[in-house]
Parts: sequence; C-alpha cells; structure tokens
Amino acid sequence: MTDEKMVLMANQIASFFGTQPGGDQAAGVAAHLKDFWEPRMIAQLKDYLAGGGANLNPLVVEAGESL
Amino acid sequence: MKDFIIPWENGTGIQDETDRGTPAKSGKPVTLTIDGMEITVPAGTSVMRAASELGIQVPKLCATDSLEAFGSCRLCAVEIEGRRGTPASCTTPVHAGMKVHTQTDKLRKLRKGVMELYISDHPLDCLTCSANGDCELQDMAGAVGLRGVRYEAPKAGGLANHFEARNTSGEVNPEWLPKDDSNPYFTYDASKCIVCNRCVRACEEVQGTFALTIEGRGFDSRVAVGAENFLASDCVSCGACVQACPTATLQEKSVIEMGTPDRSVVTTCAYCGVGCSFKAEMQGDQLVRMVPYKNGKANRGHSCVKGRFAYGYATHQDRILNPMIRDTVDQPWREVSWEEALSFAAKKLVGLQQKYGQKSIGVITSSRCTNEETYLVQKLTRAVFGNNNTDTCARVCHSPTGYGLGQTFGTSAGTQDFDSVEHSDVVMVIGANPTDGHPVFASRLRKRLREGAKLIVVDPRRIDLLETPHMGEAHHLALKPGTNVAVVSAIGHVIVTEGLFDQTFIAERCDLDAWEDFKAFISDPRHAPEETEALTGVPAQTLREAARAFANGGNGAIYYGLGVTEHSQGSTTVMGIANLAMMTGNIGRTGVGVNPLRGQNNVQGSCDMGSFPHELPGYRHVKMPEVRKIFEDTWGVEIDPEPGLRIPNMLDAAVDGTFKGLYCQGEDILQSDPDTKHVAAGLAAMECVIVHDLFLNETANYAHVFLPGSSFLEKEGTFTNAERRINRVRKVMAPKNGYEDWEVTQLLANAVLKETGGKAWTYTHPAEIMAEIAATTPSFAGVDYAVLEEKGSVQWPCNEAHPDGTPLMHVDGFVRGKGRFIVTEYIATAEKSGPRFPLLLTTGRILSQYNVGAQTRRTENSVWHDQDVLEIHPHDAENRGLRDGDWVRLASRSGETSLRAKITDRVSPGVVYTTFHHPDTQANVITTDYSDWATNCPEYKVTAVQVSPSNGPSDWQERYNAQAEQSRRIEAAE
Ligand code: SF4
Ligand code: SF4
Ligand code: SF4
Ligand code: FES
Repeated sequence: MTDEKMVLMANQIASFFGTQPGGDQAAGVAAHLKDFWEPRMIAQLKDYLAGGGANLNPLVVEAGESL
Repeated sequence: MKDFIIPWENGTGIQDETDRGTPAKSGKPVTLTIDGMEITVPAGTSVMRAASELGIQVPKLCATDSLEAFGSCRLCAVEIEGRRGTPASCTTPVHAGMKVHTQTDKLRKLRKGVMELYISDHPLDCLTCSANGDCELQDMAGAVGLRGVRYEAPKAGGLANHFEARNTSGEVNPEWLPKDDSNPYFTYDASKCIVCNRCVRACEEVQGTFALTIEGRGFDSRVAVGAENFLASDCVSCGACVQACPTATLQEKSVIEMGTPDRSVVTTCAYCGVGCSFKAEMQGDQLVRMVPYKNGKANRGHSCVKGRFAYGYATHQDRILNPMIRDTVDQPWREVSWEEALSFAAKKLVGLQQKYGQKSIGVITSSRCTNEETYLVQKLTRAVFGNNNTDTCARVCHSPTGYGLGQTFGTSAGTQDFDSVEHSDVVMVIGANPTDGHPVFASRLRKRLREGAKLIVVDPRRIDLLETPHMGEAHHLALKPGTNVAVVSAIGHVIVTEGLFDQTFIAERCDLDAWEDFKAFISDPRHAPEETEALTGVPAQTLREAARAFANGGNGAIYYGLGVTEHSQGSTTVMGIANLAMMTGNIGRTGVGVNPLRGQNNVQGSCDMGSFPHELPGYRHVKMPEVRKIFEDTWGVEIDPEPGLRIPNMLDAAVDGTFKGLYCQGEDILQSDPDTKHVAAGLAAMECVIVHDLFLNETANYAHVFLPGSSFLEKEGTFTNAERRINRVRKVMAPKNGYEDWEVTQLLANAVLKETGGKAWTYTHPAEIMAEIAATTPSFAGVDYAVLEEKGSVQWPCNEAHPDGTPLMHVDGFVRGKGRFIVTEYIATAEKSGPRFPLLLTTGRILSQYNVGAQTRRTENSVWHDQDVLEIHPHDAENRGLRDGDWVRLASRSGETSLRAKITDRVSPGVVYTTFHHPDTQANVITTDYSDWATNCPEYKVTAVQVSPSNGPSDWQERYNAQAEQSRRIEAAE
C-alpha cells in the first residue's frame, strides 16, 4: 500500500477516536489498529513512523509507541 | 467423523398449505358449530376459515387466504340457523353459538347455478388448457357436481361471450381480447377470466403496486392494466396476481410450455437478504416454476420478480461445467479433469507459500454461497493455509454494521424479524431502497404504511417508497451524499434538546456515563439542524418535523442499507442510528429496532461463519486464546492469532508483491469492488488466482484456475437472511458441474493437504458441517438439520437458552449488558467536489437486476433494464447541454466511463446516480479507494465526478472489452 493511503487510513481512525470523550484516545487508536490491521500493515506503519511519520495525526504517532 | 443417519434426506420441507379461504385473525376465542361439529376460533375469523379448520372446504372462487374476503362469486354460500338467506361464508365472521350448514339441497342448487353461469362464458377446452389439473374453476365444477350448462349460445349467435374470437359467421367478437404475452414470464388470456378480482387484490394487498383494476361493470367488467399491456404498465412482475389467479388467465409461460409440475421442494431464494422461501416445482429434474412458499416466515407467500422468475441463469449456456487451467492469463483456457485442475492449483498454492511465506495467499468467501460452504472456505485458510487471510464481499457492504452495532449493542445482529414491521408506527428508512433492493420487505412495509404508519426517508434520491399508493404522512430528508452523520446527529440533537428522549429506558438499559457524555455532545448548538442545513442540504424545519415524528410516533423502527455503510464514516452512522434507537427506547420489543437490510442472500451468514480476517465463526476475535482453542481442538491445527488481510488490503499487498495467491468463491471482485483499475492491478500481480463460479466472470479474466460452481438448485445447505433466519436450501437437481460447491472446497483442501501431508477432510453432507458449526459456535449450538426440518427455520441465537431461536434481540438487556451511546462527530470525507469534479455520484441498484448482474443479465429480466444509465437533474443536464438518452462521459479522479443519461428530478441538483449491473458500464472504474475508517468498507456512495457529452463508449471501455474477450477464450478440445 502506498504510504499516502496508509497515512489517510490511520488518520481516519485517529479522527474518530480524537472525538471520543475520555483521556485514552491514543489507546483507542492502538487497540483498533491491533484488532484490524494485518501485521504487514502495522509493520509498514512502524517503518513510516521510524522515518519521521510525516502527516500522521499525533494520536497515531502516540499509538505507534505501543504497537 | 461419526456417521450421520440422515432421515430427512428425501425431505421436501413442505408443511400444511391448505388454502383456508380468508386470512388468520387474532381475536378472542369464539365457539360455533359447523355441520354439527364444534370449533373454537379467534373472533374475526370467517365462517369459511372456521369450516376449513374442521376439514370442511366450502366451495369458493373469489376467496383465497392470502387476501381479505371480497364476496363476489357467491359460491361459498352457507345456511345459518336463525338467519335468512344464504350468506357468503367468506365475508361472514363467526359468532358465538352460531350453527352453520355448508351442504344443503338449497345450497347445492344455488352453487350449481352459480357455476353454470360462470361456465357459460368460459371456453370448454380444459383438456388442452395450460391450467389443466391446476385450475380452481375446474375443481369447483367438480365439487358442486356440475353436469351440464343450460345457457348454450344459439348456433346463430346472439349470446355474448368473451372467449370466441369470431362468431360462427366469422364476424369479429368485440368482447374478445387477444392474449397479452408482453411480460416475459407470464401471459394474460382474458378469454379465461372469471373476474374474481383476486389478481387486483393481490396486486394491492400483497404487492402494494396497484397496477391492476377492474374496468367496466357486469358482463363488461374485465381486468385492466392501465397501459397498452403488462410490460408497459406499472406492473413490477412480482407474480402475486399469477399466483392468486384461480384459472389459466394469468399463467406462467413455463407452465404453458412444460405442463404442470409433479413434485415440489421447499428452498430459499439465492438473490437478496430477504431470504424468501420458495417451492421449487419440478418435473423430474426440470424446474417448472418457483412458487413462494406460504409457510416461509420471511416472505409469507410473496416474492419478487427475481426469486420467482429469474432462475434461468442456472441452466444458461454460458455456464462453465468443466474445470479449466492456464499458466498465464494471456493464454486461452484449457479444459482439464478435476484431478488435474485441483493438483495444479494445490501445487501452485503450496509453492507460493514456500516461496513468499505462509501469509502470501488467502481466500474470499461468498455471500451467495451457503453457510456450510462459507465455513469451509474460511476453514481452508485458517486450518490449511495457516493464516487469517479470509474476507467476504460483506466487506464492501455491511462490515460497518458489524463494527457499529457491536460497539453500541454488543452484537452486529439486526434486532427484529420481518413480521415486526406490522407493528411499527413510524418507520425510518436510511440509505436503502427497499422496493428495488428488498422488494418483499418493501411490500410488507407498504402494507403497514397504508394502514397509517408514518414514513421518514433519509436518502439523496426520491426513492419509490415515497410514492407508495395510499400511504399517509411521509418525510423526505434529501441529504447531500456523504452527510449521513451530520443528519443523524441533527435528528439526535432535536430529540435531546426538545426533551423527546425516553429517560426511563435510558436509565434502565444504558450506560449512564456514556449517555451523559453523549448528551452533552449532541446538545451542542453545532448539531442543530439550522446549523447543519448548509452542509447537508436538508431544510431545518423538515428535519425537526421528522425527528419529532420519530420520537413521538409510537413504535419507531429504523431500516437501513448500503447508503449508510458505504461511506468513509459508515461505522459512525451505524452508531448514530443505534444512538437514535436507544434514546427513544425503540429497542427490545416488537415493532421497533435497528434493522440492517442485508444485500445478498447470505451476507448475514457469511459474516456469522467467520469470513472476516479478524473473527472466527460467531464474531469472536482471533486474538482470544480461549476461542482459538475451541477451533484448534476441533481442527487439530494451530490458529494464527493475528488478524489477516481484508479485500482491499489483499489487493494492496498484491501490488506490493507480498500477496500472491487467492481462492475466490462466488464473488466477482473485479466488477463489484471499487476502483477497478486498482483491483485489476492487484489481481494481475498475483501468481495464482482461483475463481470458483458459475460463469467466467470479470475476475476470471485474471484467473489461472477456474473451478465450475453449482447453482442453489443443485445443493444442500442453509442461507441466513437479514433477520438472522436460517433457512434450508434443498437440492432439486444434480449439480451440472458434478459437485456441490462445498465438495469443491473440500477437494481443493484435500489436494493441498496431499501436498503438505495433512489429514484429509471427510465431510459427506452439509449437515455434518452444520454440526461442526453448532459444536464450535455458541449462538448456533441448537441448530441442526433435524431442527430446521421440524421448525422450517430458526433465527439465531438458537441454543439452550433459546431453543426456538430469537426473533427479537435485546429484550431484557443488551448483549453487551448496558447499551452504549457513542459520540458521533461529523467528519467530511476526503472525497470532495470541486472545480474539476463538481458533481457527487452515488450508486445503487434496481429491482430487476441483481448486483453485478451475473445472474439476472442471463435471464429475461433484462427487458426491464438492459443498460446502466446516469440519472442527472434537469438543471445540471441543461448546464451541460445534455438531452435525455445522450451518451455522456462520467469521469472521476480514478477513471472514466461512458453511459447514457436519464434526466430526472429524482436526484437533487449536484447529485448524479447510477447502477452497477452491467460490466460494459463499469461504474466502479469511477469509484475511488476511499473507505470506512473502521472497516475499510469502500466509499461507493460518494464520488466527485464530472459529466460531459460524449460520442459513445470510452477508449478504456473498448480496451477492457477487448482484453476480456481475449482472456475468455477456451481452447478447443483436441
Ligand atoms: S405481477 Fe405483481 S405488480 Fe404485476 S400486476 Fe401482478 S401483482 Fe401487480
Ligand atoms: S385474471 Fe384471474 S384472478 Fe384476475 S379476475 Fe381474472 S380469473 Fe380472477
Ligand atoms: S430477491 Fe429477495 S425479495 Fe425477491 S424473491 Fe428473492 S429473497 Fe425474496
Ligand atoms: S368465495 Fe366467498 S363469495 Fe367468492
């Protein structure tokens, strides 16, 4: 998958959890990613984060730490 | 595997179908005496029905128990002690203590007289009549002992009749009408009509179309279609009138051609998620006709044109009956034996896993195939390939339902049965077009609307439901595509801020912290309809009225379809819908609920059976060790704890070079999935694509192995409809390809297991597969074929706690405990209209065609829809200089195609609409790869497009057709 598409998908997830009440929004993103993203996709996201994670929603960046 | 004794092997599934003359009633018990025998029936029951329950069939012509009594033929007259005259038993309700006589000299004489009159205007060609043996007029002549007709026409002419084209002097008979055989499936032969009005009532009461009337009076009266013929009329070819007609007047063409059937077997329609039960009426192994089964609990004896008539594809010449293989997709296909095809496929798959890793191959299960077949396909990837790469076309339709309802209620299950709609007072239909997509449900809904229930439609397009004859109050919220969440939230805002919510229900049944958060969120003025109007295009006042109608209207039910799910915020809208139902207390009893209208016949079942890459059967996440253990113990393998790839992810991974092989059962992803070019690129990048289907579908253009499939008439199994109802599918003929589809999957699994040295599968009947499902999946624990035989069908959960199944969900509490309100913020899709693509395209389907059309295009249904057209508002058309019927170019950032324009104000300015039934149109060349945030369900319903005049098919379409032609070549056998 292109990084662009991955960023879009991850940010969409973050946008949802970003609107949810409570302080565990990044945890929500991380849990969602773990439940629904296949290891290859998670690996791609981690690589991308390692490379700076440009354009990623901060919640994704935060979630990335627990992946 | 233990041996199964299958006592129902020859079962036809048919239970009592006696026509009791008038519909069942539900009043208090009333006791009366008929012909000296006592009977107790509910108040409101007719004398005719009461007699029938005693086993006494009063002669009748104009009555049938699918219709309210009409009382026109007088054949059903009875005598009642203490009452004068001979009242019609069909229109006379029972009274306590009534004493009825159904057979007296007086009645016999009267009935003979009635029959004599009928027969005097009826051609006496019974021996060669198409209804011979299946004609109630004939039966009644026998029942009343008619032995002669006194009113014979004088030889010189003079007695008028309807059945002779010319009189004896050769003059044209003005009363005679030629047969109308304009409808592809049935004829109307007026010369045989007895004007009993059953067809007219069936069209009104059962179907709700009101296409027929009786014109004229007395001798001149006849059935009229209000147009030149049936085809040109409002008739939607549901066949209800044909079924109701007691004579050969309205008759299936197949019966005219083949004669009457000699046996019937109950089975389930393989088209939409309504899941209508049918009797397949057979002569030997030839299907004569499909008749909706009266005891079918989803359809109650009704059907639509697809299920009743569009079965011709099953025997269409395009069907592929032999396995085929090829090394590369530019080669022609080579027909080979099953052994060769399977071993070719197995070697390739195993080789790919060796070379590219365990996760480099996967499967796509079919929502058209049975539960048992789907279960085996996901088992193939989990137990044989050793990964979770399984997905189903439900990905592209109702995956957000699973997520959204799971989060709020604790289960993705729709909450009601279809009967529930008979008790609804206000029905909200969101993003669904039931008259076309779920026609039998639409008929049942329309009946309720005629009885006074209110209707709220949330849809960009003015759907036919809004034009229901004789309905009452209706609201249409014609929103801009992509703004569902804003509209649903605005409805919630009105209900909460105007204090219309159900405090008691919320306090008792819902999580109060979540409610408080939600309440604070939704009360914010930014959700007020006045604020959202500019965005959604729905006038604030219209929205407020609809919200009030829903909250104050009594039993409120929500039905929704793909117009909700197929959006980047599909899952959020589903949650918003669940919020609306909870805040108004519309959950947990009959007449209310949240009801996803599932697209295909077995979408529900394919999801239940663990088709999703993150869930084992019964919606249990693969990460849970206790669930994996159940299957590990049963299958004797280890199960991958990580979620697998979803369809769009598989295609992405294929383009990236890490996903190489696919077994695709009964799906045509190339035509049905969005962004065709991307799908094609993904398929082209794979080294082994196995297509298992009836036809060389579009996906097969990129396949290396083709395994021929069997039609629903050729297999045993079960389908689960949108109400969670598990219905039996019964084999009425041998598979033309040699194997039922579950057998093909087993053969493939065993071919792979032979390569890898695993233990072969040994199922001998789908009942054994269902037994394995029941043993591993708690919500199916009580389901087995014997139970289905006895009860006809059951709705899951069916287990120890619910031995008869579960028509209503969440009755005493939500599956997750407390219902959870979820904040639903509107987030605009990335797909926006702009200067280059100023219009929004939304897609849908129509009644006569079904999805990608692989089946319906191979039937005469194409007389109603032979091409996809683009609906465009007159204003947008004028700006572009388009006239009705012009070829137009439709372009998005993904691609372009051409089709013809249809100018209509059903769509709002700024919105265009088309269907995706025809491969030449390829509407999905246009759709983008944006998808639902939670589930990757593609955003079919919003694409920014431009429309401009064009001269004909685009270059891409022509290239595509050339490529398709090339790849469909089959090498001549030597
Ligand atoms: S086929 Fe259906 S719609 Fe057509 S006239 Fe008969 S009942 Fe009405
Ligand atoms: S067409 Fe058939 S059902 Fe209709 S009025 Fe004539 S006989 Fe009765
Ligand atoms: S397509 Fe749907 S409504 Fe029509 S007969 Fe089949 S199941 Fe029933
Ligand atoms: S059956 Fe009762 S009047 Fe016709």
